Amino acid sequence: MELPFDRELHELNERLLTMGSLAEQAVHRALQAFQTRDATLAAQVRDSDNVLDRLEVEVDERAMVLLSKAPLARDLRMVTMAMKISQNLERIGDEAAKIAKRARALAHEPPVRLDVDLTPLALEARSMLKASLDAFVQRNPEAARALIPRDQGVDVAHKSIREKLVAHMQARPETIPQCLEVLTVAKCLERIADHATNIAEDVVYLCEATDIRHVGKAAADTTGS
Amino acid sequence: MEIDPPALQSAGSPATPVSLTGSRVQSVAPTPAGANPRLIQIEAYDFFYGNHQVLHQVSLDIPERHVTALIGPSGCGKTTLLRSINRMNDLIEGAHHRGDIRIRDQSIFDPHLEVIALRKRIGMVFQKSNPFPKSIFENVVYPLRVAGVRQRSILEETAERCLRAAALWDEVKDRLHTSALGLSGGQQQRLCIARAIANEPEILLMDEPCSALDPVATARIEELILELKQRYTIVIVTHNMQQAARISDYTAFFYLGRLIEAGPTHRIFTSPKNKQTEDYVTGRFG
Ligand SMILES: Nc1ncnc2c1ncn2[C@@H]1O[C@H](COP(=O)(O)OP(=O)(O)OP(=O)(O)O)[C@@H](O)[C@H]1O
Ligand SMILES: [Mg+2]
Repeated sequence: MELPFDRELHELNERLLTMGSLAEQAVHRALQAFQTRDATLAAQVRDSDNVLDRLEVEVDERAMVLLSKAPLARDLRMVTMAMKISQNLERIGDEAAKIAKRARALAHEPPVRLDVDLTPLALEARSMLKASLDAFVQRNPEAARALIPRDQGVDVAHKSIREKLVAHMQARPETIPQCLEVLTVAKCLERIADHATNIAEDVVYLCEATDIRHVGKAAADTTGS
Repeated sequence: MEIDPPALQSAGSPATPVSLTGSRVQSVAPTPAGANPRLIQIEAYDFFYGNHQVLHQVSLDIPERHVTALIGPSGCGKTTLLRSINRMNDLIEGAHHRGDIRIRDQSIFDPHLEVIALRKRIGMVFQKSNPFPKSIFENVVYPLRVAGVRQRSILEETAERCLRAAALWDEVKDRLHTSALGLSGGQQQRLCIARAIANEPEILLMDEPCSALDPVATARIEELILELKQRYTIVIVTHNMQQAARISDYTAFFYLGRLIEAGPTHRIFTSPKNKQTEDYVTGRFG
């Protein structure tokens, strides 16, 4: 028998899944818009960001109602983690919107050849987002844990792109406007990977009630007590 | 049985002091200096009503000056265990036990121990407030009267002290000599708490003390319990999970006469280890 409370939890979960697929789609479209200088696609990203904002508010409202019913144990963890995961997804939407905005701005600049490839960083950020959402859908703490160390790789890649762009700007100051757009997009990708990592940590807490934030890699690899 | 080492050991295992260290969330109150982590030791305790065994191998340490909540579905033996601690079950014909309960390392079943003296060390508050059909004043000082205290000044002093401790003084100080039965349900329950502490007990046993009270009266009693634990060791039975979460430091979950899981309350209510505990606290039992 499904309790009314279970149904409400189920609906909360559904909202998160919707937010997750919207966030993935927004990131995908924003990157495409950036690569192809496609203004229509960029506008779609802005629209889905508005939907994500609305859904975040809705998840919070639903969570508040559920909290007023004083859930405990796994229910309590689900409600609190839902609020955190939705916030991370909303921020991912913001980052996607920022990328789309840079795409539009870049479309107005004359094209230049930059010796900087964003593709690996973009692929990794998108893959981490997908993995974190899969771990959430499957309630898979091992998959979530496996994701967390990848954030360091993203940080390294982001840093190296920054350095290359700085060198580029020094060597060819006329490309500074374009370089700055690319720099912003790289930062957005790095933030998206951060949010995916946060979601993975929330999934571990949701499943195991173990808080693995800020404990360093070694501790993150051990299973909860 | 899930064992959370601090609050609980199986029978005969070496003593481990109760502490919440290792968790980032601190208990409602830090362990008071000098508090005994094993004030009450229940060891391999079995209990029978005639042939019917209702408690099985219960082993639980209850720390001094903390609130320990006993939870579990109806009929799991919470009241029986609570009433074992002050030997109230002695009065039931055919009732018997195996195993031991010790308070400050002394067995309560020690033949040299006087049951009257034991009960003086332990106050009890019941689910239904049970004031005597006497004045408010006489209700509070009743345990002293029974003990033969006559001196007016002592009785008056005790009445005021206990009524203040039970957060009832201001409401009744002008009508101490009117009938206790004229008080509201919440006031009657606080009066019973005042009476339960008149003897300066060490331990307060409370069996669902708020189950007949409205949220305001319940909040007052809960506040009072948090006050009283500065001085008393409190063991409370409650069916209200949120109440247990609000006021207790430790929680023990019982099912079918067995202790299933015990540990710091915040852990039991955020991340129980046992599936039965999880199902019970999330209201999905059975
Ligand atoms: N005086 C008695 N004689 C015989 N059996 C009893 C007696 N008192 C209780 N029992 C039985 O012992 C078992 C435990 O009862 P107990 O009152 O301790 O449960 P409880 O956990 O306090 O339940 P509740 O939450 O309903 O108060 C039950 O099966 C009950 O029927
Ligand atoms: Mg009972």
